Amino acid sequence: MAKKTDKALTEERDKRTLEKIHKLAIEAVADVRAGKNPSLSIPVRSLSNVSFDTDKRVIRLGDATQQRSFFHYKQAKVFMQTFLVAEHCKKLIEEGATTSIRDLYYAAKHTIAGSKENTFDDQSESDPIIEDLEVSIDALREELHLRAENKGAMVGPMTIRDTGDTIDLRRMGSGGWSVPSIVEEGRIEFMKHEAQYVLFVEKGAIWARLNEDKYWDKHKCMLIHGGGMAARGIRRILRRMNDELKLPVYVVTDNDPWGFYIYSVIKQGSINLAYESMRMAVPSARFIGISSFDAEAYKFPSSVAIATNDEDKRRAEQILKYDWFQAKGWQSEIKQMLKAEKKYEIEALSSKGIRYISETYLPEKIKARAWLD
Amino acid sequence: MTTETNAEEGTESTATPTRRSSAEAMASKQREISVSEFFTKNRHLLGFDNAAKALLTTVKEAVDNALDACEEAGILPTLEVEIAEVSDGRYRVRVEDNGPGIVKEQIPKIFAKLLYGSKFHRLRQSRGQQGIGISAAGMYGQLTTGRPVVVVSKIGKGRPAWRLEVRIDSRSNNPEVLNKDRDNTVVWEKDHGTSVEIELQGLYRSGRTSVDAYLEQTVVANPHLELTYKPPKGEAMHWPRVSDTLPPEAQEIKPHPHGVELGMVLKIMHEGGKRTVKETLMEEFSRVTGPVAEELCKRAGVDPKAHANRIHAETVEKMHEVMRASHAALPQQKRFASKIAKSDSTLREELMDEGTGFTPGLADLVLRGAGLEPTQKAKLTTPTQLDHVYDALHKSQVRILPPPATCVVPIGEDLVMEGLKRRFKGEFFASHTRPPAVYRGNPFVVEVGVAFGGELSKDSSADVLRFANRVPLLYQPRACAITEAVLKVDWKSYGMQQRKGELPVGPLAVFVHLASVWVPFTSEAKEAVAHYDDIVREVRLALMECGRKLGAWVKAQDAEKWQRERKSLFEKYINELAASIHAITGLPAEKVKEDFQSALPRHVRLPTTPSDTPPALAAGEAAENDDEGEGEGSGARDDGDDAESASGEHPAAPPAKSAKAPRAANAVRVDAPEDEDEGLYGSAFEDVTPGRVRAKDTRAAAAQKSFRWAEEEVERRRQTKAAAPAAAKKPAATTKKPAARKGGR
Repeated sequence: MAKKTDKALTEERDKRTLEKIHKLAIEAVADVRAGKNPSLSIPVRSLSNVSFDTDKRVIRLGDATQQRSFFHYKQAKVFMQTFLVAEHCKKLIEEGATTSIRDLYYAAKHTIAGSKENTFDDQSESDPIIEDLEVSIDALREELHLRAENKGAMVGPMTIRDTGDTIDLRRMGSGGWSVPSIVEEGRIEFMKHEAQYVLFVEKGAIWARLNEDKYWDKHKCMLIHGGGMAARGIRRILRRMNDELKLPVYVVTDNDPWGFYIYSVIKQGSINLAYESMRMAVPSARFIGISSFDAEAYKFPSSVAIATNDEDKRRAEQILKYDWFQAKGWQSEIKQMLKAEKKYEIEALSSKGIRYISETYLPEKIKARAWLD
Repeated sequence: MTTETNAEEGTESTATPTRRSSAEAMASKQREISVSEFFTKNRHLLGFDNAAKALLTTVKEAVDNALDACEEAGILPTLEVEIAEVSDGRYRVRVEDNGPGIVKEQIPKIFAKLLYGSKFHRLRQSRGQQGIGISAAGMYGQLTTGRPVVVVSKIGKGRPAWRLEVRIDSRSNNPEVLNKDRDNTVVWEKDHGTSVEIELQGLYRSGRTSVDAYLEQTVVANPHLELTYKPPKGEAMHWPRVSDTLPPEAQEIKPHPHGVELGMVLKIMHEGGKRTVKETLMEEFSRVTGPVAEELCKRAGVDPKAHANRIHAETVEKMHEVMRASHAALPQQKRFASKIAKSDSTLREELMDEGTGFTPGLADLVLRGAGLEPTQKAKLTTPTQLDHVYDALHKSQVRILPPPATCVVPIGEDLVMEGLKRRFKGEFFASHTRPPAVYRGNPFVVEVGVAFGGELSKDSSADVLRFANRVPLLYQPRACAITEAVLKVDWKSYGMQQRKGELPVGPLAVFVHLASVWVPFTSEAKEAVAHYDDIVREVRLALMECGRKLGAWVKAQDAEKWQRERKSLFEKYINELAASIHAITGLPAEKVKEDFQSALPRHVRLPTTPSDTPPALAAGEAAENDDEGEGEGSGARDDGDDAESASGEHPAAPPAKSAKAPRAANAVRVDAPEDEDEGLYGSAFEDVTPGRVRAKDTRAAAAQKSFRWAEEEVERRRQTKAAAPAAAKKPAATTKKPAARKGGR
C-alpha cells in the first residue's frame, strides 16, 4: 500500500523537476529572442549570503544571486555546461535511472564539435554545476536523479527497507550498512527498531571500535559515522531518524575546529548547502565530545595532547565569529581550545584503556547530560 | 704600474733629443699631396675599407649617379645593375641607365678625376655630393685589379655611342683614356644613356649591408625607378615602376639665416662688395625680404645702406647673433620651469642646455633683455622672471619664413606608403612628411613611414630603413642621428615593446628619409647622419606622428581581436547549447541555433566589415562578401559617427572608395563602446552587477512575451511527435529498479 503512494509521490516529484528544467531552457530561448543576454540566476553560495535563523536554528541561504549569462566571455562555457547537465538530468528522470555524479560527468563529457575542447575536463567542473542547477531551479540532487558515492556506515537495532530490500541493521557484521547518498522516503524506509538515540562519530575507526564492542546493542542506539565531514546521505538520514523516529542525535568528533564544524554542519547545515538546511539540519543534535574541558575532567595524560598549529588557530578564530557558535557554551569551548593551544583526537580516550570510550566515557557523558547544545 | 713605466720611458726619450734632419733636407720631401693619393691611403673614408663594402659602395655610387642624372634630365629612370663574378673574389659591376648620357670630353673627368662634379658648388638636393664617389670606385677597381673603368655613353638618337676605357693617374689626379687612339664608337640600340663597368676585388654576400639590401631599399625610396638586378648568383630580379611621376626638380637655394654659421655670414658680407648690407642680405639669403633685412640690420645696429664689405667683423658677428636668435627656442615654459627648479646651474647654462640654438652670447642677450643676470642660479628664478625671459626671447627674434620647400624634394606620404608596400607584406602602413626645417642654415625635410604586422618578423627588433636623399644608409646605424631619434621615441605608448634605450621589438619596419640640400654625414663615406638636434627633433616628431596612427590601429586591432575571440568562443558553444536546449524542450536545434547566432552581433562588437576577413583585405573583399547581410559595402560608411571619430586618428586613411585593397588597413576603426555592458576590453566591464535587479524584471517581462512563442512551438512539436510527452510520464515506473543504469551516452 505504502509503496503505491511512494510511487505516486516520486512521479509527482519527477514531473515537477522536468517542468523546472524545461522552463529554464525555454526562458533562455525567450531571452535571446527578446534581444536579451540569456542568463541564469544562481543564488550565491558563500558566507556572505547565509544567515543563521535563530528561530529555526538552521543556516539559511540569503537572497543574493549571481547572473550567469551566455554572452559573456568567462561565463559562456559554464552556461553551456549548466544546460548540458540539465539535459542529462532530464534524460535520467525520463529513463527513471539514477546515476552517480561521476557517471553524469562522463555522460556529459564529449569533445565540442570543431575544436579540441571537451565539454568538461574534470569532475571538479561538473560537480559545482550540479549544485548550481539544484539551487537555480530549486530541485534537490535526488530530484535530479543524481547521487554521490556512498559515504559512512550505520549499524543498530533497526530494520529498514532499502529500495525494496529488507535489511536488518543488527546483522551487518563489522562493515555496517553503507549509507547511500539518497535516503529519501520511497527509497529508504524505517521499520522495526528498539533504538533510543543515535550516536554519530566522526571517524570510521572509532565507529568500528564501538561496533566491535556491540555498543549499539548494549545501549540501544543507532551507531553511524560519516568518514569525516558528514555527507548529504548521512545528514539526511540523521534528520529523518530525528524527525520521524524522534531519536535524539549525539555527536562525537575530534577536539579541533574541524570537529566542531562537523558538528555544526549536522546541527545547523553548511554554508555551501545552506539551501538544503531545512531538510538536513538536526537542530537538536548534541555535542558529546571531545570537549576542550575533557582533558582536565577525564585526566588525559599530557602526552595525548597535540599542539594547535596556526591553521587550527585561524579556523578556531573564524568559527568563533559564526552566528551559530555564539552560544555561551561554545564560546567558552572554543576559547578554551585557543587558550590551552591544545587539541585532542577521539583516540586520546584509548590512553585510558581500549574500552574506556564505550564503557566509561560515552555512557557517563550521556547519563550526566554533559553535552553541549 | 704600466703608467709608471711609461712615464719613466717618456722622460728618458725626451731628455736629449738628437737632430735627425735639417730644414733643407725636409723641404726636399715636402710636396703637394694629390687628392687621389690621399684617398688611396684613406680609402676607408670613402667606403672601401673591406672587400664586401667595396662592392656595395661601387654599386651604390654608380646607381646614385645614374639616378641623379636621370632626374636632372627629367627622364624616368630605368636601371640595370649587373654583378658578375669574374673569378674568385673578383667582380665586374655594370650599371646602365637611360639617362641623358655624357658628352665625350667629360667622360674621363667624371669617371677618373676625384672631386670633379657639378654638385659640389651648389646648394641643392642630390644623391651624390662631393663628386668623389664614382671616380673613387673606379680608382679602387684600378688598384685592386688593374682594370680601367669602361664607360659607354650616348647622348641622343642618331648620335654615336662612345666607349671609353679610363683610368686615373693617382699622383696627379688626372684622367687617362686608354683607348683614345683607336676608334671608340660602338653600336648601342639605346637612344641615350650611360653604362659604367668597373672590375674590382670584392665580396658578395647577403644580409643587412648587402648589395641586395641596398637595391631593395633603393626601390622603396624611389617609386619612380624601374630596376633590373642580375646578382652574381640566382635569378635576375625586376621591380617595375609604381609611380610615373618624377620627383619635382629640386631648386637651388641660398643659405637661410636660421642657424647659418658666422664664417658664412662673414664671407657673404665680404663678397657683397659695393652692394648695401640690405641688398646683400636680400640677395644672398633665402627668405630675407626688405623688411626682414631692415629688421636684422636694426637689431644688429647696422646701417642697412652701408656697404656690405665695409662693416666690421664684430658687427657681422652681432648680425649673426640676431640671425641665430631668430631660430632659438626654449622648451614649453611649464616644463622648463620644473626643470630649472631643481637645477644648480646658472640661467645661462640652463638656456643653453635646455633650449635649442642658444650660444652663450644669445643666452646673455636674452637674459639681459629680461633684466636678469646670466650667472643667476636658475632655481632662484621666479615665475614672473621666467615670463620676462620668454618675452625677451620672443622680442629678440626676427620672424623669418622657413626655407622654401621647393629646394628639398620629399618622396611624399603616399609614395612612401607605396614604397613600403613594395617591400613589406604588412597589415598597417602609415607615413608622415614634416614641413621643411633647417639645420645650420640648410633646409631639410624629414619623412617617416611605418609598416606593421603581417609577415614582418615578430620577435626581432624593428627594421630601421634610413635614407638620405633617397639613398639607403646601410652602415653604422648606431652612429646615425636617425637611429638616435628612433630610440628616443617611446614606442611603448604606441603598443610596441621596447626596452629603454633600445629599438622597439615587434613586426615593425621604420622608414626614415632625410631630404636635404646638404645632408650632414658623419664621414665622407656617407654612412650615418650627424647628430644635429634639429634633425633628431624633426625625425622624432615625424615618428611620433606615425606612432600615434600605429598606436590607434594596434589598439583597435587588439580590441577587434578580443571581440573576434569572444565571437568564436560563443559560436563554439552555441552548437552545444542548442543541442541541449533541443533535448530539453524539443525545439528544433537549428532554429535555436539561429536564434542565438542572430543575437551575436548584439553582444560582439566588430567593425561592420565582414567579420572573418583579415583587416588588410577587408575592404577589398567587402564587395564580394555580402552574404552576411550586415556587410553592406565597406564598413567605413555606415555607422557614420563611429567611423568619423576613429578615422580622426588616422589622418592617412584615404576615403574607403578610392582605397586600393591594402590601403584599407588604415581605415580600420575602433568601435565606440556604446553599450555599458561591454567595454572594448571586455570581461571586467561585461554584465555589470548593478543592472541585475532591473535586468531580472525586464527579463521576466520579455520572457513572458516570447514564452508564448516557445510554448506554441513546443505544443506544435508535441502534436507531431507524441514521443516526448510519453517519455515525460514514464519515469515513475522505473523507481523500483534503480539498478538499471542507463545514464551515459
